[in-house]
Amino acid sequence: MRFHFKTHYDQDIRLFPDWWNFSLYAALLVVLIVLPMVIDSFYLGEVTNVLIWAVAGLGLMLLTGQTGQVSLGHSAFMALGCYTCVNLMETGMPFLLAFVLAGIITGVIGAVIAIPALKLHGVYLTIATLALAILADDIIVILDHWTGGVNGYFAPEIWIFGIEVNRWINPAAWYYLALGTALVVTLLYRNLLRSPLGRAFAAVRDSEISAQAMGVDVARTKTIAFGLSCAFAGLGGALMGLFAGAFNNETFNFLIAIQLLMMIIIGGLGFIHGAFLGAIVIAFLPQLLSISTDFLGSSSIPGLETGVFGMILIAFILFEPMGLYGRWLKIRTWLELFPFARRDMFRRQKTYLKTERLR
Amino acid sequence: MEFLQLLLSGLANGCVYGLVALGFVLIYKATEAVNFAQGDFMMLGAFVMVGLVNPQFLGLNFWLAVPLALLVMGVFGYLLDLAVLRFMFGQSQIAVVILTISLGFVIRFVAGLIWGHEPLNLHSPLAFGDLRLGDVVISFADISVIVVTVLMTLFLWQFFQRTKLGLAMQAASQNQMAAYYMGIPVKRVQGAVWALAGVVACVAGILYASKGTLDISAGFIGIKAFAAAVIGGFGSLPGALMGGLIVGVIEPFASRYLPAGYSQIAPYALLIIVLVFRPNGLFSQVRIKKV
Repeated sequence: MRFHFKTHYDQDIRLFPDWWNFSLYAALLVVLIVLPMVIDSFYLGEVTNVLIWAVAGLGLMLLTGQTGQVSLGHSAFMALGCYTCVNLMETGMPFLLAFVLAGIITGVIGAVIAIPALKLHGVYLTIATLALAILADDIIVILDHWTGGVNGYFAPEIWIFGIEVNRWINPAAWYYLALGTALVVTLLYRNLLRSPLGRAFAAVRDSEISAQAMGVDVARTKTIAFGLSCAFAGLGGALMGLFAGAFNNETFNFLIAIQLLMMIIIGGLGFIHGAFLGAIVIAFLPQLLSISTDFLGSSSIPGLETGVFGMILIAFILFEPMGLYGRWLKIRTWLELFPFARRDMFRRQKTYLKTERLR
Repeated sequence: MEFLQLLLSGLANGCVYGLVALGFVLIYKATEAVNFAQGDFMMLGAFVMVGLVNPQFLGLNFWLAVPLALLVMGVFGYLLDLAVLRFMFGQSQIAVVILTISLGFVIRFVAGLIWGHEPLNLHSPLAFGDLRLGDVVISFADISVIVVTVLMTLFLWQFFQRTKLGLAMQAASQNQMAAYYMGIPVKRVQGAVWALAGVVACVAGILYASKGTLDISAGFIGIKAFAAAVIGGFGSLPGALMGGLIVGVIEPFASRYLPAGYSQIAPYALLIIVLVFRPNGLFSQVRIKKV
């Protein structure tokens, strides 16, 4: 058990609370950097996929986990990021610039869309964003001059400083691209949470009325949260499309947005670790299922993946609403406090429901 | 005449959307939760009916099967509440949203296992014959959809306004704790609402299956029904029916008069426009919170 004896206010907002914590993450980083030399290219591709999902997941986490606004429309912003990035690259712009610009443009458009959406509360926002995700599919078909419509697009070649990043020729380069993006986004996210803006996000999530009473501009905070969230999702979408190699209007349909939301719930809402843990589940579940159906000797069952996914999610919401990371926190606390941990330490407070209609 | 024909087919489709939207509003009115699986409930209800009626399954008489199917879906709704949703008591609305989305996934998976993925036709006496009025042709299926929907809406509306159980449901949603103090068995009332939603979904499913072929992705019309419920204002039963009719009528006209590609957009574009200008729907009940 470690005690943090605080002698300075800065200790509350340090990136790493102590040296032990810092060395843990440093060790993780070293493992991630040497990973391409250890595992074969198939699994490297899977890990790249995990990192890409995690980038998009961090985007939604910022909105849902930190600011408390649920969006089922992030597939639309992933598509926007992807098509923006590819179209900028077609004009001859270098990849890295196009990639960053795609994120920024998606973020700005997301913030503009958020302005009318801000008037909506709770479930209405969820439904409006779901409509947006469904509309995105049709809009991509209509704008086929830029998007290739139903026929789709083949991802252009990516060159970074004279190195070709190709999934098949050098998967390690792709891996480092995804890892770098995930690292930058995570650092941004972490620093954001330490800033006044991050505190405002949490205030809006916990109670809009008390946030307002504390002097937080709720509308502005929500707009910024939506914009940043869309920017991250756009980066994730750009990576996802380019990694897939070819994409069309169905690549980013609304089921992706639902999957993204479920991913961050399974991982643990409101935790950075949650986005990564959820991404691991999302990326490896199909593999695990196909291996287990092969093992049982049965032929493939259509719809098995979504069915099992739904059951896992129901189990999580009923028994572990804090997700995988929440479970780990409980285990860690139990180990640290052994034998003094008590079950009630994590008991949820009971709330009684009141209508939203007669506010 | 073409106008009238489009209007009638739109109204009939709109009634199905309206019925599914009624299911949303029922549950929302009584438990303040949004059941994203309502479309899949409808699909399940239709498949239960197919399982009872079609000769390759049980082959029962249609009119005997209707009450049986309604009963099955009612019990299903009640048990679902008992087994799953009651544990969500006192948790956030969003958790319920995600729970019902995943319930929809599971229902679709199980229905696919039982009834297969091939499209099926319900052997329904409503599916044959039509009525001619001059140049306008209405099928009996469409007429029965419109009649049943109107009756259903009136019945449910009066149920919420007048009966003791309906009032108890409204009270339970407006303030759970106060409802407890007034002696309302809140949990049992919520179970009753889910059972009722199952029955309404089953009616919608039978009518939907009478109008055309049925497969397990039929539940996706739940999304259009959503648009309908929101356009009508989520807490209002007649509003839900109005919303359903608006969405249903817009669709055939959009596909007739708008260029291809734009027509599917119409209901969702309307939804977004309504949400921007009237954030709580056309028949809204929301008032501003005072601290």
